[in-house]
Amino acid sequence: MSLSAARPLDPWRWLGFPMLQCLGWTLLFGIPLRVFGLQLPEPVFCMVPAFAWAVIRPSIMAPFGVLLMGLILDIFWGSPVGLWALSLLTAYGVVLLSRNWMVGQSRPMMWAWFAAACAIASLAGFLFTRLDARASPSLIAVAWQFLATILLYPFAHRLIDRFEDADVRFR
Amino acid sequence: MAWTAAVALIVAVVVAVALLMSDRRETFQSEAYGVTRQVGDAVAAPVSGALAAPGRWTGLGMENIRDYLFAVSENRKLKAELKEARQWRDVAIALRDTNDRYKSLLGLKTEPPIPMVAARTVSDSRGPFANTRLANAGIEKNIQPGNPVMSESGLVGRIIGVTRGASRILLLTDIASRTPVMIDRTNARAILTGDGGPNPKLEYLRGKEPVKQGDRVLTSGDGGVLPRGLPVGVAVKGLDGRWRVILASDAAPIDFVRILLFQDFSQLEKAQKEELDKMPPPPPSGPVEGVGAPPTPGALPAKPPTTFTATTVTPPKPAPARPTTPKPAPPKPKPAVKPAPPPPPAAVTPAPTAIAPAEVPF
Repeated sequence: MSLSAARPLDPWRWLGFPMLQCLGWTLLFGIPLRVFGLQLPEPVFCMVPAFAWAVIRPSIMAPFGVLLMGLILDIFWGSPVGLWALSLLTAYGVVLLSRNWMVGQSRPMMWAWFAAACAIASLAGFLFTRLDARASPSLIAVAWQFLATILLYPFAHRLIDRFEDADVRFR
Repeated sequence: MAWTAAVALIVAVVVAVALLMSDRRETFQSEAYGVTRQVGDAVAAPVSGALAAPGRWTGLGMENIRDYLFAVSENRKLKAELKEARQWRDVAIALRDTNDRYKSLLGLKTEPPIPMVAARTVSDSRGPFANTRLANAGIEKNIQPGNPVMSESGLVGRIIGVTRGASRILLLTDIASRTPVMIDRTNARAILTGDGGPNPKLEYLRGKEPVKQGDRVLTSGDGGVLPRGLPVGVAVKGLDGRWRVILASDAAPIDFVRILLFQDFSQLEKAQKEELDKMPPPPPSGPVEGVGAPPTPGALPAKPPTTFTATTVTPPKPAPARPTTPKPAPPKPKPAVKPAPPPPPAAVTPAPTAIAPAEVPF
């Protein structure tokens, strides 16, 4: 085993750059554009790194990265500050706990796990909103956002593929 | 390594919970919006504006191409509409004349103009948990939290946060949005409640069959948060059996909005008083004053508003086409034209306090 295999990953490469990419895409999908009279969907791009970071390796910085992404989402989308941060952290925590079952599974299975993580984040958002606003959000609107988000799994797969084996200590 | 990651996760969760519990974004207090949000909006507004520009230009280009290709059919359609609008214009002028006479006779307070600011929306959040928009006009244009926001078709929402160069609009569809509305046909009151979906619910409806499919929904002005009579939408029965509203503002893209600088009714009264102060003093009382002359300063015929007012963009049903010519001055009551006998003194000089504030058609 070479020394380079045991060298820790550069946080910018696996944390910073994906985070910026996701926030950029969020900003782009936030423009008020109508295509053939229909609005753009609003997927939660930040679910991609939140899922991938938990699968790649346990880290001290990743939860704070998820927190930061969630807070920026809340500020940009105008939702209560902390709502998406808490929802994403809930999904991140569940994926981190289930990490040993997920690692090494086939792509369709991982897609199913990603969908489950998205469902957890949506459910958490639903419950926190219910507590905060004392009213139930529309389940149809939640379902649309969930469907738009699970289509983003290929990006998470690419991130996992790139960094999962980068450090042999976490195999 | 794993346990340190767990500790980091717990710390992050605690921070998120604390922030969520302390958030008060939907209140009217500008302090509640927070400096973080203000800075975020100030940064996001120009960036989103720049990102949205190519899309806007593409849309304009497509629109130009479509205009060119469909010019003939559009021309025919517009001619037919113009013909119909001319008829409505005549009706509207006649009705306005009658209305002005009634106002003058009854001594009703006239509607003070509500100044407004035009802005462009540069970002749009349409998820289930937040429905807001960012407009590119802010505190430098005297926008304040609580100001109602309208598109060309109807009410869009209200301002919840303002910073320099940007303001955040809470849409009617947001889960935190509660708007007092009334059914135009029955005058029944309800609260329009957003749920993150496209059609907000009508809650707290009272009375027997207060609403029917297709009824027009307007703001009621109850609570003094919004002016009365702004168009909201049309009532429909939802799939869940609840009454919902198809928003009038959904009829067209909400790229440009008008922010009414309305705070509450005391602001209107103040504006009205200032306007009355500007009016010339009434002529000295003579023998013909009681015949048709306005008995009180409040009963003076309304001057055509010099500014673009909210009342000019919220026509009652059916919406008549606005004449392109400036509003003709309301007819001055002339004793020679109206030879009606002078009514009894009580009828001639109604006390201004006799008019309930709710009756003033803001």
